[in-house]
Amino acid sequence: MALIEIRGLSKSFGEVKAVAGVDLDINAGEFITLLGPSGSGKTTVLRMIAGFEDPDAGTIKLNGEDITHLPPYDRDVNTVFQDYALFPHMDVITNIEYGLRVKKVNKEERRKKALEALEQVRLSGYEKRKPSQLSGGQRQRVALARALVNRPSVLLLDEPLGALDLKLRQQMQIELKELQREVGITFIFVTHDQEEALTMSDRIAVFDKGKIQQLDRPAAIYEKPVNEFVAGFVGVSNLITGNAAQTLLGKSGTFTVRPEKIQIDKAQGAAGTVKEVEYLGPSTRFIVDLDAGARLVVLRQNTDESAVDVMSMRGKKVNLSWAKESEYRVN
Amino acid sequence: MATIQNFLHRNVRARIATLLALPLAWLLVIYIGSLFALFITSIWKIDTFTSKVIREFTLQNFIDVFTDRAYFNVTVRTLIVAISVTLICALIAIPMAFFMARIAKPKSRPVLIALVLTPLWASYLVKIYAWRTMFYPESGFLQWLISPIGGTSPGFGMIAVIIGLTYLWLPYMVLPIYAGMEKLPSSVLDASSDLGAKPGRTFFGVVLPITWPAIIAGSVFTFSLSMGDYITVQILGGTFQMLGNVVYQNFSLNLPFAAAVALIPVIIMMIYLGSVRKTGALDNL
Repeated sequence: MALIEIRGLSKSFGEVKAVAGVDLDINAGEFITLLGPSGSGKTTVLRMIAGFEDPDAGTIKLNGEDITHLPPYDRDVNTVFQDYALFPHMDVITNIEYGLRVKKVNKEERRKKALEALEQVRLSGYEKRKPSQLSGGQRQRVALARALVNRPSVLLLDEPLGALDLKLRQQMQIELKELQREVGITFIFVTHDQEEALTMSDRIAVFDKGKIQQLDRPAAIYEKPVNEFVAGFVGVSNLITGNAAQTLLGKSGTFTVRPEKIQIDKAQGAAGTVKEVEYLGPSTRFIVDLDAGARLVVLRQNTDESAVDVMSMRGKKVNLSWAKESEYRVN
Repeated sequence: MATIQNFLHRNVRARIATLLALPLAWLLVIYIGSLFALFITSIWKIDTFTSKVIREFTLQNFIDVFTDRAYFNVTVRTLIVAISVTLICALIAIPMAFFMARIAKPKSRPVLIALVLTPLWASYLVKIYAWRTMFYPESGFLQWLISPIGGTSPGFGMIAVIIGLTYLWLPYMVLPIYAGMEKLPSSVLDASSDLGAKPGRTFFGVVLPITWPAIIAGSVFTFSLSMGDYITVQILGGTFQMLGNVVYQNFSLNLPFAAAVALIPVIIMMIYLGSVRKTGALDNL
């Protein structure tokens, strides 16, 4: 039995249908990511699991118990907020102890647990600081400790890394994943960053227009997108459609090929012109307009020295080729 | 003209001086100046026959104020009124501001603020005379209202003064608290609830402590305005008197003594401001 069972979940705000019938099973110990652009309904689903929004229709079960309309304080879930939502009038340790204090855990025990949680997020020694004296990354860790110290069945994370700079974000991604393995708590992670979703998750649910478009492991989401939206949102959408599909592939429909699967400057293949060259360090990105009428992005590893002269490729005629199994029908 | 602008552009101090010349003059001459004049007057003497001020140093006025039991009692009464008004204003304003800032729809908030402000658009005297008709001992509205259930109107006196002043100063308490509560991110309230706190606990454990400086800011207004009032006391107080009335009565007879009495609320206010300074409330004013 799944830890969380969501059936037919819907929610509208006025005229806007934010969530339009979501079914989702989440297993115990899983790291699942709800991925989608803003307004896709992913945060609303998270807020309904937390209890901050009341669904119009559908049910949410946690451990087999119907929690659909329970208030947040009666649910065995905890949330890490996008803006951290630390209590500004309390120091770090008091913030972390808050949930235990509300549950009337005795003083020694809650202090012990809070110090453990603080160590887990590597902030030992910061007990007496006020949130205003911490950096963004440190606040993030305190928010994490404050939620984890309660040992909830499920931890909900609402774009928790959104406000951090790139370096810190990548570091926190690794730490979060490690922490999740360590504590074994189910993580439901909301993000609009596809790279973050791909690196951290056991499974990804891709959201658009209030619905789950695809639910699968990261590699399957990336390699085998089920539709145009998923292909475009996760990675670069190299769409071949209409006439181009007929000419190049001899099939009708819409197809996608990932940029790194395409070979450039081979003698044979689809003819085209290099419109743009972007040197990225380890790799180079080419934007190629095919004569057959499609624009494809090609990513090539800079494995040989000729990469130094790569900028001169702009405007040159090239041929593109790829393995038959790399092209996927998305429509 | 261009050279003046160039000079101002290059010289930061000159720019600030130009900007603040008028406000600074106002502050120094009118505000600090009048306080200083008050202080100086309080250490002068008076000719007891002509009531003319003699500019000679004496501490007699202060000795009179602090040794005469009657003035001590007036000071205590004034404090009781100012504290009561402040507490009642806070009790009414906190839930009111919470409703306005957190529960009412964002669209209706400007309307609610306007409603809080409407009493300030009417004249002080009109409002207080309106309350006078309410408090008339035999024929007042309050008497008519509570006599069927066996009560009697409090009539004119301290209770009437407290109610009148609470009515007058309530907006000055509501507005800062509203501003403080509106700034509160809703995620902080969600977080408290998420961590298991029921609404009451969230209100007393999170909302109140975070908005405390705003509440103190409001109390500075209600407390100081109540301390200095004498007109409401005259109209609603009957025989009840506060420090302002003592100042008013002595003003033409014994100006130095009136000045000494007038310094009492100033000193109390300074003590109050000093003690609330550390709460950070003054950043909120």
